[in-house]
Amino acid sequence: MTALCAARLDAGAAGDDIPLLRADGVTKWYGARLGCAGVTFDLYPGEVLGVVGESGSGKSTLLGVLSGRMPPDAGGVHYRMGGGADLTDIHALPEGRRRLLMRTDWGVVHQNPRDGLRMGVSAGANIGERPMAVGARHYGTLRGQAGDWLSRVEIDADRIDDRPSGFSGGMQQRLQIARVLVNGPRLVFMDEPTGGLDVSVQARLLDLLRDLVARLGLAAVIVTHDLAVARLLAHRLMVMKDGRAVEQGLTDQVLDDPRHPYTQLLVSSVLQA
Amino acid sequence: MIPTDDTADTGAAPESGYTFGYLDEQTKRMIRRAILKAVAVPGYQVPFAGREMPLPYGWGTGGIQVTASIIGPDDVLKVIDQGADDTTNAVSIRRFFRRVTGVATTERTAEATLIQTRHRVPETPLGPGQILVYQVPIPEPLRMMEPRETETRRMHALADYGVMHVTLYEDIAQHGRIATAYNYPVTANGRYVMSPSPIPKFDNPKMHDAPFLQLFGAGREKRIYAVPPHTSVVSLDFEDHPFQVQSWERICDLCGADDSYLDEVIADDEGSRLFVCSDSDHCAGRRAAGYRGPRADSQAGVALTDAMAAVKREHERDRPAPPSSEEMGP
Repeated sequence: MTALCAARLDAGAAGDDIPLLRADGVTKWYGARLGCAGVTFDLYPGEVLGVVGESGSGKSTLLGVLSGRMPPDAGGVHYRMGGGADLTDIHALPEGRRRLLMRTDWGVVHQNPRDGLRMGVSAGANIGERPMAVGARHYGTLRGQAGDWLSRVEIDADRIDDRPSGFSGGMQQRLQIARVLVNGPRLVFMDEPTGGLDVSVQARLLDLLRDLVARLGLAAVIVTHDLAVARLLAHRLMVMKDGRAVEQGLTDQVLDDPRHPYTQLLVSSVLQA
Repeated sequence: MIPTDDTADTGAAPESGYTFGYLDEQTKRMIRRAILKAVAVPGYQVPFAGREMPLPYGWGTGGIQVTASIIGPDDVLKVIDQGADDTTNAVSIRRFFRRVTGVATTERTAEATLIQTRHRVPETPLGPGQILVYQVPIPEPLRMMEPRETETRRMHALADYGVMHVTLYEDIAQHGRIATAYNYPVTANGRYVMSPSPIPKFDNPKMHDAPFLQLFGAGREKRIYAVPPHTSVVSLDFEDHPFQVQSWERICDLCGADDSYLDEVIADDEGSRLFVCSDSDHCAGRRAAGYRGPRADSQAGVALTDAMAAVKREHERDRPAPPSSEEMGP
């Protein structure tokens, strides 16, 4: 019994019951218009949170604030840095530290791969950029790492010196994911990672993402308007409407037993193939 | 070097109607302030209110403004373009300064106190009493990777220089080695990544821990930066692809130098090609000292030497004459 308690305490020390990211009443106004208001949640290590809602419901705004790219007007975003147990307000960090954080512990996958990739340099250089930004200075190692990650996202190794502008949309998106994951982040933000891709490519990408997230033990916040994507990837779901989180819960629970009228509408308006 | 009162009017008599050094006193003062700041923060690009100069952007307006601000009546000026004293741009700028300051000019690196250069650092090592002024077309080393000025300034402020290595990585991936041959990025004083101006990377090592002051002026972009004497200037590289300068399998065809930067030139109408020192003063000095290159006596070699001598004669004929009303430049 005592041993069991000790084991549990150990698990606590490892930090799995301390949230990795805490959003506390996040509010963002665009002038007189509301971006999002009072969004509060905890994200634990290894957990995937899906954020669903219609266009204009504040999903991307929320993601922008969470990932430190936009300052909130009220509330705060706190992140557990390194191995410590303390939560740090990421918007209070100096910009240099925040940039470093975004290159090491965090990753952002954009809806449009052009926003996340350097289109003018090769795939290998795209993957190598984050390691180089934090001090990797060995070409051979960088090259090996790039080849490894290309194969992990199912891109042929002989495309390593090709520019992403010659890649298909699906390949660009996979390259973007490789570029973000190469530094071994703990937390990834994804904005509609499968938007704009056809269904078969989407399915492969989802497979890949699910596999990577599970294997690497990543925590992730995934913004999507596609409930199927949310069902497949997310452990927990948050439904947004007009800038507010109207419902939160386990994914299956929210989708199978929606409580809020808007969630009910959302679930019932999915076309059955 | 910097005169306290610029009404100085020496025996050589600059053309009347011009302030000493062409720029008005307030402008020189403003540029000197920018230079002092640049010297205090090596590699940092100091904005300055660049003036219109009587020649187009890209012809050395930045370097001329820096030179005009620091030149004094006792200075001896040398101007080089691509290493040579006898090229159009060098001749025009030298003539310009002779006209507006009346200072002595020279082609001999060792005699000059102030050297304005485009594209080269002289082969003859410079000493503590000398100042090298570079003409810079694009002062921002990050520009190729990041077009936004607001963003590049922020990257400098945060020392966020990962993208510089992306360009070098790309070079190795495409060419198997770092193929960047000029304008090779450096880190000044361990802090700011700096563009050394389009000098060949052959000259980069000469900037490191140099005993002389180096000033960089960019006229179009209106930036001044500097490397004070004895400051570290380190070229960026990878651990397994270290920085290397160019080397040639040949020696200078005229003077036989095996340690200078060589230009390939077409010497006559038959299309004969020669490899000769790009630093014309270095080459002429060696030839005067009796060194002979393998093709110095060939028809092409003689033709080239004659051509250079003719330009030099013209220059000397031009020197003692009082400034005429003819327009400068090409």
